[in-house]
Amino acid sequence: MSGEEIGIVGYGCYVPRFRIKVEEIARVWGEDADSVKSGLAVEEKSVPDMDEDTITISVAAAKNAILRAGISPSSIGALYIGSESHPYVVKPSGTVVSDALGMGPDIMVADFEFACKAGTAGVQCCYSHVKAGLADYAMAIGADTAQGRPGDALEYTAAAGGVALIMGRDPLAVLEGTYSYTTDTSDFWRREGQDYPSHGARFTGKPAYFKHVISAGKGLLARLNAKPTDFQYCVLHMPNGKFPATAAQQLGFTMQQLEPSLVVRKMGNCYSGSSMMGLCAVLDVAKPGDRIFMVSYGSGAGSDAFAWRVTDKIAERRERARKAADYISDMKYIDYATYVRMRGKLKGD
Amino acid sequence: MPHTSSVPLFWRLKKSKYMMIGSKCQTCGSVFFPPRVICAKCRSRGKVADHQFTGRGVIESFTIIRAAPEGFENAAPYAVALIRLDEGTSISGQVVGSIEDVAAGKRVRPVFRRITQDGDDGLIHYGIKWEIDDGSAGTEA
Ligand SMILES: [Zn+2]
Repeated sequence: MSGEEIGIVGYGCYVPRFRIKVEEIARVWGEDADSVKSGLAVEEKSVPDMDEDTITISVAAAKNAILRAGISPSSIGALYIGSESHPYVVKPSGTVVSDALGMGPDIMVADFEFACKAGTAGVQCCYSHVKAGLADYAMAIGADTAQGRPGDALEYTAAAGGVALIMGRDPLAVLEGTYSYTTDTSDFWRREGQDYPSHGARFTGKPAYFKHVISAGKGLLARLNAKPTDFQYCVLHMPNGKFPATAAQQLGFTMQQLEPSLVVRKMGNCYSGSSMMGLCAVLDVAKPGDRIFMVSYGSGAGSDAFAWRVTDKIAERRERARKAADYISDMKYIDYATYVRMRGKLKGD
Repeated sequence: MPHTSSVPLFWRLKKSKYMMIGSKCQTCGSVFFPPRVICAKCRSRGKVADHQFTGRGVIESFTIIRAAPEGFENAAPYAVALIRLDEGTSISGQVVGSIEDVAAGKRVRPVFRRITQDGDDGLIHYGIKWEIDDGSAGTEA
């Protein structure tokens, strides 16, 4: 391995094909679609097929990342999958993904959990492994098939999708710095055996999302001695379209810096994959030299902030796999009845 | 509760089920999927080794399953196709997506999906299904 710079050598995403519109969900529950849409700044969300889950989504995203990196799967020395919808409570998703891609058996594997920031926690571990010389390449995945209780506000946004990032040397985006901010704040949780999560309703905003995203963001800016105008792009966790817009403004970023990453409007919130999906959308369009500011958020609660600098490797590697916009535009609408059937919400079948 | 019946079987077949690894006779060049230990043509004279299939191919014919067997009821209606792989051999497999998009002559590529599960408390089995190949980059197995 040559070069001192460490960062993303390959990235890949996957979004299931089916979409349900906010109008369709609102129709069933007798709510006003226009006020829901403007309140959340979300128009539709992705829905996984009946045979898709966090493991299959991870495999699809990881294949794209491996194609972009142009490396052999067996050269990847670590795989960490962050999700709150691992198909098994006991039995790792990572072992299936590793064997499905031919990465093992010479590999460190673990599943991570930290609500929606488990994927970015994996990115930090992968970076550390490469820096420490424990692995030439290390893959972090954030993927979810999120579920909202029928009729709950979360049902409008809880979506499916995943992203894989391979860390290594000779990167297409250098990791300039990372910083995390973590406290015990109970805004959203799911106990073992429960099908759907519970949340603290209005408590999810100010003391949870905003407090952690802004503290992590400011902490990283201070650590790098940087300011928002030093960056071309800003990417934040997207529980809806409104929260990241407000948080970006409070951090001193403009809507122009945020806009290219706002994938939530057309696909909803894919939880552990959310901020990483925004990063993919930006990497799909960024130029060499561009700097990207990114903050994830996981309930419970914590945020991981990252500063990336795009290199001249981006132009060639990004064309090797399907882009975020390709997946988001390649879709098919379904109605609520089909949605219920696909998501297995009809119990006793 | 033990679920012993299919656990070892799926584990043994994992390489072919997960990664489309079949076999190829080094003597005559015949390819086999699922893999064979003995070449159908050369018999004992053949030397058979693992072979990585691309999984890409063409739908030769298909049928829509509406009355699905046990374990697949929730998936119906779904399409099962006879697929002529680019490497030369044919296999049958499920085609994902909308059944109205499935047609003979269309190209397909492999995707990794859930195949079935052993009830609510058993294993989930994964493997290869196929999707219609629209020619976009980056989804090969
Ligand atoms: Zn032979």
